[in-house]
Amino acid sequence: MFESPDRLLLGLATGVVFGFLLQKGRVAKFEVIVEQLRLRDWTVVRIMGTAVVVGSIGVYALVAIDEASLHIRPVLLGGVLGGAVCFGVGMAVFGYCPGTSIAGSGEGRRDALVGLAGMFTGALGFVGAFPSLQPLIKGMGDWGRITFPEVTGTSPWLWIVGLAMAGIAAFAVDRRAAHQRSPRPKRLSTEPHS
Amino acid sequence: MKVGATIPATFGLLLIACPVGAAELSADPNAYSEPAWSPYLVGSLIGLLSMMTFYFSNKPLGASTAYARVAGMIGSAIAPRHTASLKFYQDKKPRVDWEVMLVVGAIGGAFLAAWTGNELTLRWTPAMWEARFGDSVGLRLAVAFVGGVLMAFGARLAGGCTSGHGISGTMQLAVGSWIAVICFFVAGIAVAMLMFQI
Repeated sequence: MFESPDRLLLGLATGVVFGFLLQKGRVAKFEVIVEQLRLRDWTVVRIMGTAVVVGSIGVYALVAIDEASLHIRPVLLGGVLGGAVCFGVGMAVFGYCPGTSIAGSGEGRRDALVGLAGMFTGALGFVGAFPSLQPLIKGMGDWGRITFPEVTGTSPWLWIVGLAMAGIAAFAVDRRAAHQRSPRPKRLSTEPHS
Repeated sequence: MKVGATIPATFGLLLIACPVGAAELSADPNAYSEPAWSPYLVGSLIGLLSMMTFYFSNKPLGASTAYARVAGMIGSAIAPRHTASLKFYQDKKPRVDWEVMLVVGAIGGAFLAAWTGNELTLRWTPAMWEARFGDSVGLRLAVAFVGGVLMAFGARLAGGCTSGHGISGTMQLAVGSWIAVICFFVAGIAVAMLMFQI
């Protein structure tokens, strides 16, 4: 019924930090998520992009010194494609994603809380339908637990440097655009949106 | 053993982050009322948090696994025999685990952040939603519920969400996660444009 207390405490501590950061990053707000999907507010992409660049360096560094192992999910193509499209539709309709709806609930947004109830229902629906979903999940093949470096036979660092360079370029473009909009670049990320 | 180090480490991270965030705000005299942090700062810290999760918890940071667990616990309480017979829960027993505590902690953490930033609200409907679809609470809650159902179903089917695939998977350079995150956004953009633009 319960995992060991130290695992529970670890999960709790990780959650507190995660929820705190999501709220401070403004992604606990319906408007920020939906305006990202309308390509008018790039907060979500800025956060995700920076997290991926920093995290990829960190995780592959830990793997290199044998202090962590990768946890790759298998590419069951039918499940990934079908599920991801269903997820995207739900995200736009709800206006939050699983992590940010939790953060939105913490901020007191009651529509996010109702959406959480919907998510439990949806998860239960998935569990109930799990056996009959197998043809869809496995129908388009199983590519296994693959990464880009493995598939191409290249060093992961090639990819990570590429990602970091793309990130730095995007950051530079972002700052420049902000400069042109207003003389105070500090306001860039915190500008209220109509 | 590792926990002893983790708790101070994770909270240390926050302690370091707070002055950085505050410095950023005070740098601009016009920004004092804005409680938000730079998305680049938040992104960097989430990247570090993911890295620490691999190290201390030996798992990727993700939010959606917990929903199936909690659903299983609710199911066990309401219909124990039926829930126990479900194929899905024979591999993954419903129980209070790391993922469930992550959700509990994240609600608390977001509450703390909103409280310190004076952003706590008890809104039923987002302002932007009202401007487009009116102020009917029933309509918004019904749509939020349906959206939640679709999203969780899709996340379980795809094997992850915007955190599990979108951040933790893509940073591991996993092929499936990059496919998933592209599909999340393509579908999400299409529906959001339909809902708010046309």
